[in-house]
Amino acid sequence: MTSEAIPLDVRDRAIDDDTLRARLAKTWATPRGLWGALTTVDHKIIARRYLVTAFIFLALGGILAVLMRLQLARPESRVLGPDFYNQIFTMHGSNMMFLFAVPVMEAMGVYLVPLMVGTRNIAFPRLNAFSYWMYLAGGITLWLSFALNMGPDVGWFAYVPLSGPEYGAGKRADFWAQMITFTEVAALAVAVEIVVTVFKQRAPGMSLNRIPLFVWSMLVTSFLVIMAMPAIMIASSTLIMDRLVGTHFYNPAEGGDVLLWQHLFWFFGHPEVYIIFLPAVGMVSSMVPTFARRPIFGYLPLVLALVATGILAFGLWVHHMFVTGLPRVGESFFTASSMSIAVPAGIQIFCWIATLWDGKPVFKTPLLFVLAFLFTFIIGGMTGVMVASVPFDTQVHDTYFVVAHFHYVLIGGAVFPLMGAVYYWFPKFTGRLMSERLGRWVVGLVFVGFNLTFFPMHILGFEGMPRRVYTYQHDVPWAALNLFVSLSSIVLTAGFLLFFIDAIRSARRGVAAGDNPWGAATLEWATASPPPPYNFAHIPVVDDANPLWSAPETLTVAGGLRVDRRELVVTSVAEARPEARESSPANSIWPLLTALATTVMLIWSIFSPWAVVWGSIPIAIALTGWFWPKGTPEDEA
Amino acid sequence: MKHRIVLDLSELPQHGWDSASPTWWGTLAFELIEGTGFALAIAVYLYLYSLAPAWPLDAPPPDLGPGTWLTAVLLISVIPNVLVSKWAREEKVGRVRIGMIVMSVFGIAPLVLRAYEFPAMHISWDTNAYGSVVWILLGLHTTHIITDLGDTLVLGALMFTRHGHNRRRLGDVMDNALYWNFVVVTWLAIYGCIYWIPRL
Amino acid sequence: MRQGSRAAASVLPALLCAGCAGAQSAFDTGGAQALGLARLMIFIMAVCAAVWLAVMAALAFALWRRRQEATEPLAIDARRQRRMSLVVGGSVAATVVIIGLFTVTSFWVTRSLWAGDRDAVKIDMRGYQWWWQVTYRDGNQAFTTANEIHVPVGRLVRIRLTADDVIHSFWVPSLTGKQDLIPGRTNEVSFVAERPGVYRGQCAEFCGLQHARMAMQVIAQSPQDYDAWRQSQLAPAAKPSDPEQVFGEQVFLSKPCAACHTVRGTSATAQLGPDLTHVASRSTIAAGVLETTRGSLAAWIADPQTIKPGNNMPMVALSPDELNAISAYMASLK
Repeated sequence: MTSEAIPLDVRDRAIDDDTLRARLAKTWATPRGLWGALTTVDHKIIARRYLVTAFIFLALGGILAVLMRLQLARPESRVLGPDFYNQIFTMHGSNMMFLFAVPVMEAMGVYLVPLMVGTRNIAFPRLNAFSYWMYLAGGITLWLSFALNMGPDVGWFAYVPLSGPEYGAGKRADFWAQMITFTEVAALAVAVEIVVTVFKQRAPGMSLNRIPLFVWSMLVTSFLVIMAMPAIMIASSTLIMDRLVGTHFYNPAEGGDVLLWQHLFWFFGHPEVYIIFLPAVGMVSSMVPTFARRPIFGYLPLVLALVATGILAFGLWVHHMFVTGLPRVGESFFTASSMSIAVPAGIQIFCWIATLWDGKPVFKTPLLFVLAFLFTFIIGGMTGVMVASVPFDTQVHDTYFVVAHFHYVLIGGAVFPLMGAVYYWFPKFTGRLMSERLGRWVVGLVFVGFNLTFFPMHILGFEGMPRRVYTYQHDVPWAALNLFVSLSSIVLTAGFLLFFIDAIRSARRGVAAGDNPWGAATLEWATASPPPPYNFAHIPVVDDANPLWSAPETLTVAGGLRVDRRELVVTSVAEARPEARESSPANSIWPLLTALATTVMLIWSIFSPWAVVWGSIPIAIALTGWFWPKGTPEDEA
Repeated sequence: MKHRIVLDLSELPQHGWDSASPTWWGTLAFELIEGTGFALAIAVYLYLYSLAPAWPLDAPPPDLGPGTWLTAVLLISVIPNVLVSKWAREEKVGRVRIGMIVMSVFGIAPLVLRAYEFPAMHISWDTNAYGSVVWILLGLHTTHIITDLGDTLVLGALMFTRHGHNRRRLGDVMDNALYWNFVVVTWLAIYGCIYWIPRL
Repeated sequence: MRQGSRAAASVLPALLCAGCAGAQSAFDTGGAQALGLARLMIFIMAVCAAVWLAVMAALAFALWRRRQEATEPLAIDARRQRRMSLVVGGSVAATVVIIGLFTVTSFWVTRSLWAGDRDAVKIDMRGYQWWWQVTYRDGNQAFTTANEIHVPVGRLVRIRLTADDVIHSFWVPSLTGKQDLIPGRTNEVSFVAERPGVYRGQCAEFCGLQHARMAMQVIAQSPQDYDAWRQSQLAPAAKPSDPEQVFGEQVFLSKPCAACHTVRGTSATAQLGPDLTHVASRSTIAAGVLETTRGSLAAWIADPQTIKPGNNMPMVALSPDELNAISAYMASLK
C-alpha cells in the first residue's frame, strides 16, 4: 500500500476493501474549511444546506403567521397597520411557497435520489452547487427588501393591475418578481439533474419497475417543474417589463389583458402545488412499507397515479379564476378536471391503507405522521372537491374557507409527510436517531394545534370573512372564532418549536443509528449512516424492487470502476444496462462565481434594463471558466 | 453489509455518445424548458390576438424582408451543423475545427439580420400590447442565438487547444449542434406566428 | 381534565354554529340564488363527510384488526392480494361515480344561477379603491349613489360590474355568489331578494391597502318602499335650509371637495369620489366604516387619513366653523 507504485488507472477490483474505502474517500472528498464548503459538489452536503436553509425560512414564515394571528385576534385591532400587514401576508405566502415548500422537497430529492438509485453523485453536480447559491440569493433578496420596508405587498400571486406600474408603487413588486427568477432557476436546475440521474444513473438491474416510489415521485415532480416554471418565468419577466420599460402586456387600454396574468400565473400555480405534494406522496410510499413490514400494495397503480396526477395538474388552472367572468361551459369543464384529480389521489390512499391492512404496523413516529397526514390531507382533499364546484366556489372563493383548504392540503398533505420523513431519514443523514418520545409529543401538538387552528376557518369563510384583510369590523360576528384560532395557533407553534429542538439536540446527542435502523428495503439503507462521500464502495446491482429485503446479508455489486478519479456508471433508460463509466466532476469554485455574477445581474436589472446586457458579460466569463477543461482525470474520455 | 461482485464494468468506455451521455440528456431537458417557454410566448401572442378588434394593433404587418432572409440563413445553416456533428462523432478533429468556424459565421449572420428585423415590425415595445409581444418573441429568440453563438465560439476555441482531441469535447460539439437545430426549429414557429398570423 | 373536556364539548358546537346566522353569511339566505347555493353546498359537504368517515374507518380497521403472527415482508399471499385489489378497485369506482355526481349537480346549479332576462332592476357598479360607485339604469332616468344598493323584494336585480383601477369582487353572500370587477372587462351578477332586510357584503378580491374596509350594503324593501326610495334618489339635492347649511354649501363648493364629488343641483359634478347628493340617506359612510351621523361626517371630513389610512381622499384644511357648517350641510343631504 505504501511502497509499491500505484498504476495510473487503478480499478476497485485491484485493491482490498479498506484501501478501497480510503482511496475512494480521498477521491470524492470535500476538504474541510471554507474553501471546501464553497467548492463542494457533493449532493449530500448541498442537500443538507438546502434543508437547513429551507427550515430557517419555514421558521421565519411561521413568525409572520404568528404576527398575522396576533393582529386578527380582535376586531379593529391596531397591532399592525394595513401596509405592514399586507407586506406580511405577501411575504408569508411567497416565503412558504417559493422559499420553503418547493426547495425543501427538492432538497430531499437531491439527497435521497442518488442513494436510492445506487449511484455516487447526482447528475451535473456543479449545476447543483450553483442552484443552491441562486436559491439562497433569492431568499436573501426577498427578505432584505422586506427588512428595508420595500417588501412586496400585493399577495403571493401579485395580480395586476395592483402589482402593475400604475398601482404598484416603488420596487416592491419587482423584488418579488425577481425572487421568482432566482428560485425558478434553482428549481429548474435541480429538476434537470434529477431527470438525468433517474434516467441514466440507476444501478445496473434497476429496471423501471424496480425504481423506488419516492424516486418516481421526484421524477414526475421534475417534469412538472420543467413544464410549469416557464409560465411563471414569462409572467414575472413580463411584469417587470411592464413596470420597468413600458410594455403593455397587462394594460387593457393598449391591447393588453388583466386576466392574461392570471392565466400565466395559475398555469404555473396549479402544478406548483403538485410539485410540493408529489414528493410528499413519495415519502409516504417509502415510509408505509417500512412500518407495515410489507412491500407497497399496488406498485404499478401507484406509479400510474403519480403520472396521471402530473398530467392532470396542467388541466386545472382555471379553477382559480371561477369568478372572473369566463364562459360558463369552459368553467364547468375545469370543474370536471379539477374533481377528477381525486381519482389518482384516491388510488394512492386506498393502496396505502391496503398495505397497512396486509402488514403489521409498527407505530413509530414516522408512521404517526403518516396517520396524521391521512386524517388531515383527506379533509383538505374533500374541501378541494368542494371548491372545484363552480357554484360552491362562488361563495367560498377568496374567503377563509380557501385559506383552510390549502393549509389542510399543504400542511396536512406535504408538511406532515415531510416531518415524518425527517424523523425517518434523520438517522441516515446524521448517523443519529431523533427522540421517539419527543417525536410523539411533536405529532400530538402539531396535529391537534393544526386542526384547532385551521378547521374553524372553514366556518369563518361561510360567515363571510374574506381573505387578505388586515382587520375586520365590530358589526360582523367573526371575533370569537378568530380569537379561538389565534389562541390555537400557540399549540401549533409549540409543536413546531419542539420539532426544531428535537432535531438540533438529536444531531449532537442522539442515539447512534446503524446503517438500517428501521429495517427498510431500499438502497439508501445499504450504506453507512451518514453515507461516505462516495455513497457506495461498489455500485449495487439489483434484481428486484426491495433489494434489502430479498437479500438482507449480502449486497450484490459491480466492480471495475477507477478509484483515482470520480467515476460512476451510466445505464440505459428502461432496463438499466450499463453503458459507460462516466466521470463525475471534481470540486469547483465556478458555480459560486457564476451564481454571484447572475445575482448581480438580476438585482441590477430590477433598476435598469441595461443590466441584462452589461451584467451578462461576467456571467459569460464565469460560465466559460466553469466549462473550460482542467486537465484532471475526470476529463479523460 | 457484505459486498459480492456479480458484474464487471472494466471494459466499458469512459464516456458515452448520444443517449449514453448525460449532457445529451441535459441538452434535451433544456430544450424542453425553453421550448415550453416559446410555446407559452406564442400562446400569449395568440391570446392577445383573440382579444383584439384588429390585428396588428395600430401597425401594418411586419415587412417580410429581413425575417425571411434570416429564415433562409438559419435553414441553410442546418447543413454545416449536421456535418459538424457527424465529423465530431467520427472524431475528425481537423474538419470539426473548420466546421466550428463556419458555424460561428452562421451564428453572427442572423444577428446582423435580426438588427434589421426589429425595425421591420414598425412598432415599438412600449406602444401597445402587440408591440410588446412581438418584441418579446424576437427578443427571446435572439437571446438563444447569442447564447448558442457564445457556446460555439468557446467550443471552437477549445477545438484548437490540446483539449480538442477528446471524446468529451466532441460530444459537447454534438450537443451544441443539437441545440442549434432547436434554435432553428423554434424560429420557424415564431416566424410563422409573427409574419403570417397578421396576414391571415 | 374531564371537566375541561366537558366544557370543550359544549363550547365547540356553540362556536361552530355561532355564525350560521348573520348578515354576511352564506347560510343565512335571503333569496333563491343563495338558497340554491347553500343546498348544493350542504349536499356536497354531507357526501364528502361520509366519504371521509368511511376512509377513516377503513384506516382504523387496517391498523387495529386482529392479525396472525408477523410473516416475512416478502411473503405475499396471492389470494389476499386479489381480494385487496377488488376492494381498492371498487373504492376507485365509487370515487369516480361520486365525482361525476358532483360535476353534474354543480353544472345544473350553475345554469340556474343565471336567470333569464325578466323585468329586472338594472344597476351598474364600478369598483374603485376602496368604494363602490352605483348607478341605476332603470327606465330612462339614471341616478348615481355609492356603497349602498336598495332593491325591491321579489324582482330580479342585474348588476353590471366594471372596475376603475384594480380588480375588486362583489360579494353579498346572503344573496348570491361573488363575481369579480376587472379593469377592461364587464361582468355581471344577478339575484332576487325574497326577504326584506339589510344584507352586508364586502370586497372579496385583494385590492390594496384598504381592501379590508370596502364593505357595501344591499337593502331589500317592499316594492312600494323601493319606489319611494328611488324617487327620492332621483330628486336633486335638498336645498340648504338654515344659515349654517348655506355656509356649508359654500364651503363645499369653494374648497377642493367639488373637484371630486357630485351634488346634483349644484355646480359640483366631478365623479372621482362618491356621489354625495343623498349621502345622509345612506346608513354608512366610507364604504361601511362609519355610521352616518353628523359627527362621523365631521370626523371623516376633518381627517380621512387617520380613519382609513391610504384612501384617496386628501385632508382638506378647514377652520372649526367651516367644519361645523359643512358637516351640517352634508347631514342635510338626505
